[in-house]
Parts: sequence; structure tokens; C-alpha cells
Amino acid sequence: MTDTAPDQLDDTVWVEKASLIDSIPRPVQIASVAVVFITVWQLITLSDLVPPIILPTPLETWNDMMFVGANVLSGGYMLDSLWTTVKTVLYGYALAIAIGLTLGIIVGETAFGERAIMPYLVAIDTMPKVAFAPLFVAWLGFDIDSKVALAAFIATFPIVVGTAAGLHAPDANARMLFKTMGASRWQTLYKMKLPTGLPQIFTGLKIGSVGVMAGAITGEFLGGGNGFGELIRVAASQLNTPRVFSLILYLSLVGLALFAATSYAQRVLVFWHKDRVIGAEG
Amino acid sequence: MMATARVSQLRASTGGETVYELTGVGKTYARNRVRALEGISLSLERGSFSSVIGSSGCGKSTLLKIMAGLIPPSQGRVTINNQPVRGPRRDIGMMFQHATLFPWRTTIENVLLPIEIRDGKAAAKAAWGRGEKLLDLVGLGGFESVYPDELSGGMAQRAAICRMLVTQPDMILLDEPFSALDEISRDFMNMELQRICTETNATAFLVTHSIAEAVILSDRVYVLAPRPGRIAEVVEIDLPRPRTLDMITTPKFGALVERIRTRLDKGDFE
Repeated sequence: MTDTAPDQLDDTVWVEKASLIDSIPRPVQIASVAVVFITVWQLITLSDLVPPIILPTPLETWNDMMFVGANVLSGGYMLDSLWTTVKTVLYGYALAIAIGLTLGIIVGETAFGERAIMPYLVAIDTMPKVAFAPLFVAWLGFDIDSKVALAAFIATFPIVVGTAAGLHAPDANARMLFKTMGASRWQTLYKMKLPTGLPQIFTGLKIGSVGVMAGAITGEFLGGGNGFGELIRVAASQLNTPRVFSLILYLSLVGLALFAATSYAQRVLVFWHKDRVIGAEG
Repeated sequence: MMATARVSQLRASTGGETVYELTGVGKTYARNRVRALEGISLSLERGSFSSVIGSSGCGKSTLLKIMAGLIPPSQGRVTINNQPVRGPRRDIGMMFQHATLFPWRTTIENVLLPIEIRDGKAAAKAAWGRGEKLLDLVGLGGFESVYPDELSGGMAQRAAICRMLVTQPDMILLDEPFSALDEISRDFMNMELQRICTETNATAFLVTHSIAEAVILSDRVYVLAPRPGRIAEVVEIDLPRPRTLDMITTPKFGALVERIRTRLDKGDFE
């Protein structure tokens, strides 16, 4: 082998080559998308295709974000607004988790729940839930309660479905094993079915965390109050589009934080690597 | 050692004592009126190893589920130590084709799970030492706090053996325990199973569809004929103990395998 010239070796060895994209670090890839997006946005605003009142420039939006940020940090009225919205989202999420897990366990664990309750849940889930917003305002008033109710209402269903699916996740082997150990229904549920189903339950929670944001803001659009949703509505009515844009961007940060917190909880609770029971392959 | 103490205690008891008995057991599934089992009678002596072998759908699994107390028989009597079996019991241990260890529990927490379920967390903690000794016995000493996703298939099945033995059952039921392993691991685990059964003086009942596996492990092989499942023949395996893998090549082993194979073929075409 030693007498083979290197250039001949190059012909015979099949070397795996990393593609160009793979060699770029991920943060750079993410940033590049933002750069392209903002550039296109800037070009559109420069081109006179759209009036500035409809689409603000990136710089105007940035400046407004700085203004909103300064107001929040200095304890201005926007901090109260942000806190109202965050409270709505957190209460709504907590309520959705409590109701969603309970209903999910009833539906996933009992034959009656699956046969008799699930059809109603599916029927309600197919309704446009936002349409219930005026009802919640009529029932619960213009305070935070009606927004919490709408947020929870929207976020509950994915959690129910995720929990029910999670409880069906354990295979026949695990069920049989628990039977031979003489486990009670309750023991089987909390020592085996719930832990096994955690990945599916968290999928439901993540979808719910997105829904709870949508519900809270929709509630604030329609039911007043002093949350960020109301600020957006007011800014839009004044044709203050940079303000609308910057408020939406701040809201997306709140949503992102909720999603990230849920993902973090999942990583801590579902610390094992495979979402299946060991030795159950094949 | 707990295991040796147990062995000497059991040796002191009467030899040839019947641990487990089935009398005229039959099972008819009401839904489609299928007779899965008919007239199964057998009695298993303490410290003996018996196997049941038969083609797929001959009722082996039904038989084992009845013996484990998971489903009731339609006819007949099932007793362990002269007490009727009316549900899952702590003196019956069972093991399946898949280890089914739970990934959120360490190996020893998986082993102690039957105690935790039957007697609570405090009892499981008190039995920690017993769990460690069992893990030592199967060659998993030092793996107590390892999570099961770091165990190989064979190691996972060893842990499952410990979990089956941790309640010190009088009867162990094995449902094709190593059939999901590769052949090399399977042979090795069968020899390990023999050693563990000898050391704990376990009374074992194995369901398998490998004739060689049944012969190498058992004192007695029950050949099951299908539709309805019934005992076609009882083959006494008088090979000396301890059994070794070398015995597979002996003429005597070959003759026993041949006898069972012939019986199985006949059963299929009756």
C-alpha cells in the first residue's frame, strides 16, 4: 500500500463530504434567514409599492420596539399591560392543564369516557372556539376572567387529546406485567401509564401553550381591558402600524418563553433517551 | 447468601413435594366458542423444571395465563401449595419475551417494582439488599443505579429475571423469555437460567417453541397438540445435570429432540 501514490488513492477511496450548508454553524444559518427577511422587507418599503402607513420600515419598527421596551422597563403603563397579558396567559395555561389532564385521564382511562364523553369533546373541538369570546365576556365581564376562560378553552383540547393518547401508549407487555404484579388500577395509572405517556402529554401541552396565547390575545381584542391585545387594537385603529408590529414581536417573545418553559419541563421529566419501554423492541 | 440459605431450607422439606397442580383444566372462549384448552392435568414438583412445547395457536399462552392467574379457566382446578389460584399472586413470578424495564427507573428500582407495588415504597427500600444480591446472582452486580437504556438485550432480561425472583416466588412461569435475543445470547442465557434456578431451587415452567431449548433445560417436556390444546405426550428428559451446551451434540439429545419433533408433526396433521 505504501507504494501507491496519494493521487491514485484519492480515486479509490470514497470520502464522505459534508455539504456546504452543514458546514455553517446553526446560529449563522438562523441569522442569515433574518437578514434576508429584513432586507426584502426594507426593499419593499423603499420601492413605493406599499404606503408606509400599511407597512412600516424595519427601522421604524425597531425604534418603536425600543420605545415600548423602555416604557416596560421604566415601569410605564405598558408594563401593566404586559403583566395583565402574562397573567392571563399563565392562569389560562394552568387552568387548561388542570382541566385537560383530568378530562384526558377520564377519556383515556375509562371505557365510558372514551365512548360517551370523547364524542362531545370532538364536537366542541371542531367549533370555531374564538366565536365563544363574546359569550365569555357576557358571562364573566370585561375583566381578566373572560380572557382567561377563552385562553383555557382553546388550550384544553390538545392537552386532553395528548393525555388520552399518552395513556394508550403502553404496550401489552407492560400492561400484562403490571397485572401479574397485582397492581391496582391507580398504581397502573401513575406508576406506568402516565410516565410512559409523558412524551404524548407534552406534545399536547406544547400545542396548548401556543393556543393559550392566541386565546388570551383574542379575548383582549374582543373584551377590552388593558392587556397587550387591547394596545394592539388601539394602535391599529390609530393606523400606528410600527406599534402593532413591535407589540406583536413582544407577544411572540412571551409565547416563545411559555413554549420554552414547557420544553424545559419535558427535558427534566422525560430524562430517558428513548420514548419507549426498554426491551420491548421487535 | 440468601439464595443458599433458601436452598438448604428447601432441601430440608420433603422431596418430590407438589408445588403446582392443574386438574382437568379447560378453556373455552365464550365469544367465538373456541376451545383453546381441554383436559390439561399436570403437577409440578418443587425444584423441577418443566416445559410445554407446541406449534403456534396450540393454547400455550392461554395455559400460561391461567397458571399465572391472569384469566380464569372454564373448567378444572388450579392450585399452588394446595391453595386455589384466583388471580395474580406474589408466590407466582412471571417473565416474558420482552424485558419491559421502565426507562425512568434505575435497574434496581425496576427489580424492586413488584415489592413497591405489593407492599409500598418503604418495603421496597427495605428489600434493597435483596435486590442487590439478586443482581449479583445474575451477574449484574454494580449496575444497580444504571438506567435500563444502557443495558443490552441480554442484560435487560437478566434484570427481568431478578424482578421475577424478588418476591421469592414458589413458582416461576417463563413465556419464551429469551426468544427476542440473538442465538448466541440465547444459549448463554439458557445456561444462566439453569444456574439461577438451581441456586434458588426454583420450580419453573417454560413455554417455548424451540425443541432444543425445552430439552436442554427441562426435567419433563409436555408436548401440546392443537385445537383444542391438550397434552399429547409427556417426555421425561433424563440427561444428567448440570446440563451443558455440549450435550446438544450427543445422540441421546438428538433422540429426544427427534421424539418430540415427530410427536409435534403428528399433532399438526391429525
